[in-house]
Amino acid sequence: MSRIKVNDELREVTLPITLTELIQQDNIVPDMVSVQINGTLLERAKYDDTAVSEGDEIDFLFFMGGGSL
Amino acid sequence: MMDFTPDQIERYSRHILLQDVGVEGQEKIHNGKVLVIGAGGLGAPVLMYLAAAGVGSIGIIDGDVVDLSNLQRQIIHFTADVGKPKVLSAKEKIQAINPDVNVTTFHDLFTAANAFDLIRDYDFIVDGTDTFPVKFLINDACVLAGKPFSHGGILRFDGQTMTHLPGTACYRCAFHSPPPPNAVPTCSQAGVLGAIAGMLGTIQAAETLKFLTGAGEPMVNRLLSFNAKTMNFRTVKLHRDDNCPVCGKHPSVTELSESEQAACDLKKH
Ligand SMILES: [Zn+2]
Repeated sequence: MSRIKVNDELREVTLPITLTELIQQDNIVPDMVSVQINGTLLERAKYDDTAVSEGDEIDFLFFMGGGSL
Repeated sequence: MMDFTPDQIERYSRHILLQDVGVEGQEKIHNGKVLVIGAGGLGAPVLMYLAAAGVGSIGIIDGDVVDLSNLQRQIIHFTADVGKPKVLSAKEKIQAINPDVNVTTFHDLFTAANAFDLIRDYDFIVDGTDTFPVKFLINDACVLAGKPFSHGGILRFDGQTMTHLPGTACYRCAFHSPPPPNAVPTCSQAGVLGAIAGMLGTIQAAETLKFLTGAGEPMVNRLLSFNAKTMNFRTVKLHRDDNCPVCGKHPSVTELSESEQAACDLKKH
């Protein structure tokens, strides 16, 4: 097991794992999140090809569109 | 320095007592011009607090009329306002709260065609809209025109907000482009706890007043999100992204267009 941080919380994952797989573990649709890895924004098209590494700090930023209606 | 009347001194006394605001700060609020885009869930508390605070000029743009299903959270609109344009309903409440405020209304949608004209005369813009194409349009217009703005979004039990000042991370630095149509539900599809709109909208109002008075530190280069089920608030650091489509080194967005709007079918209602 390898340790990473997801949204400030420690998590143990089995490597290798792609970002898409990590997102799906949380029952999140990849299209619904913007992702920062170690503070750098990752383009959505790269989620499939990006491997998570030990010690990564990953932030899921969720699209939130409501407000007016 | 302008001369506040004794009534105004009394009305704004709790601001004037604040060391970071004082008479000078209240004068800045009085001279402030703020455009609120959307007079709905977020716009309602924003408008009411800005009106109460004595913001001198408030612009409101919203193309909708008040619907019965709005009243659960859009507290600036009353039962008797159902069917009335939201901008008109909002203007009446603002004038009742504080006759010092000059209100300009635009019963219209915020579009690529009118965006620059609308924001030009304002010091600070508040995003209280509910569709991604408009949120991205507000960001692009404000970044390109060098205008500060507050982004706000709510959904179910969650809220999120960030403040942008020229030179700081923009909405596209965190969310490059709108999500595919229908990937993310709107409040009208997924619901929202009414008070969430108040929680988020009052943060946006506070950011606006901080900007006008210069008090404190604006919430720039940070995305604040909260979940009301746990009442956990979380701040994620944002950076200005060299690859940002609008404020990066090689921007692809150099003018406003409706194209992304047409590509999205996240319809209202
Ligand atoms: Zn940017």
